[in-house]
Amino acid sequence: MADENGPTPLERFINGILPENPVYRQVLGICPALAVSNSMESAMTMAGAVAFVLLCSNVVVSAIRGLLKPHLRILVFTLTIATFVTIADRFLAAYMHPMSKKLGPYVPLIIVNCIIIARCEVCAARQSVFAAAADAVGQSLGFALALGAIATVRELLGFGTWFGWAVMPSSWPPWVVMILPPGAFITLGLLMGAVNWIGTAGQKESG
Amino acid sequence: MGNKDGYIRQAWLVLVLAACFGAALAGVHVGLADRIEANKLGDTLEQVPALVSGAVEGRAETVGGRTVYRAVDRPGRCVGWVVPAGGQGFADRIELLIGLDAKAQTITGLYVLEQKETPGLGNRIEDAAWRRQFASKSTARVLAVTKAQTPGENEIQAVTGATVSSQSVTDIVNDAVARFRAELPAVSEH
Repeated sequence: MADENGPTPLERFINGILPENPVYRQVLGICPALAVSNSMESAMTMAGAVAFVLLCSNVVVSAIRGLLKPHLRILVFTLTIATFVTIADRFLAAYMHPMSKKLGPYVPLIIVNCIIIARCEVCAARQSVFAAAADAVGQSLGFALALGAIATVRELLGFGTWFGWAVMPSSWPPWVVMILPPGAFITLGLLMGAVNWIGTAGQKESG
Repeated sequence: MGNKDGYIRQAWLVLVLAACFGAALAGVHVGLADRIEANKLGDTLEQVPALVSGAVEGRAETVGGRTVYRAVDRPGRCVGWVVPAGGQGFADRIELLIGLDAKAQTITGLYVLEQKETPGLGNRIEDAAWRRQFASKSTARVLAVTKAQTPGENEIQAVTGATVSSQSVTDIVNDAVARFRAELPAVSEH
């Protein structure tokens, strides 16, 4: 059952994970990818919040896509996204208070996270609710993967732990730079280079 | 596309959504407000032993129409006070907890509950080293902010590059301490 136009829901889902990964391929959502990725716990909480907002926004925008006026659509996207981000933020403040304080202003900043508004524009405003939902889940998984990769490197090297569990031997000197912003940029750059390299190596082999 | 069509009529969807989303957010707020307040109160009470030496818990009281916390030791004697205070910072509101001794003559500690100052500059008011400047300051004189290397007895050295944030915190402290000292004589011993 082909959609109005564009990729099928399954294609949307798979694309979001690596081929159109929001951080490594689209280079979107870099702000939280750098800011909250110094520990796995923060990174996964942020990925969870983004997943919630992305799924809800995509579904709502797709449901009302027939009513959108072109010159007001961005306004509608932003309204929808802001509402769900506020709900997520209040939920975190109520039920995960220490994490809410740790993430600080970065949860409200999800409102201007380009991944979400890009998916609304590219997919949700044009395709069915099911395709939009599949897209949201795929992109969220891709985002979680990207953040998890960066956080794993930074937390292991910077704290010697993973999800708070000590992994490195106690003789390991923590690489403090990994916890700080420069470490974030270095890790992101190297990982992005690695993903690009794997991508082009695969292409050369197949043809 | 209609352009003289009537802007309000074209924007009907936006208005309807705004109303629906507003209602949803109001509902979420009503549902979660109590838990969030309880969490914030937990933050405050958690800080009492750190702000007033010898204190094991804080008990809420109303002094001068505001909630303050009497810091008591294990036998229940008052060893100090923790006064919540807030005011406008550089970027947004700053919420503080000020630790005072039992007679409100010395500041015993300072804790930043909430701030949204510039990361790397203004948000260094949260650094323990900067906040430690307030400890042992007498409340007899108003505190002033200085950029000098060696601050005087009633002076606080500003965070480099964040004078406004530093001044805001000092102003909040001065106001709150002055208000509390004025109300303290009327407060009963227990």
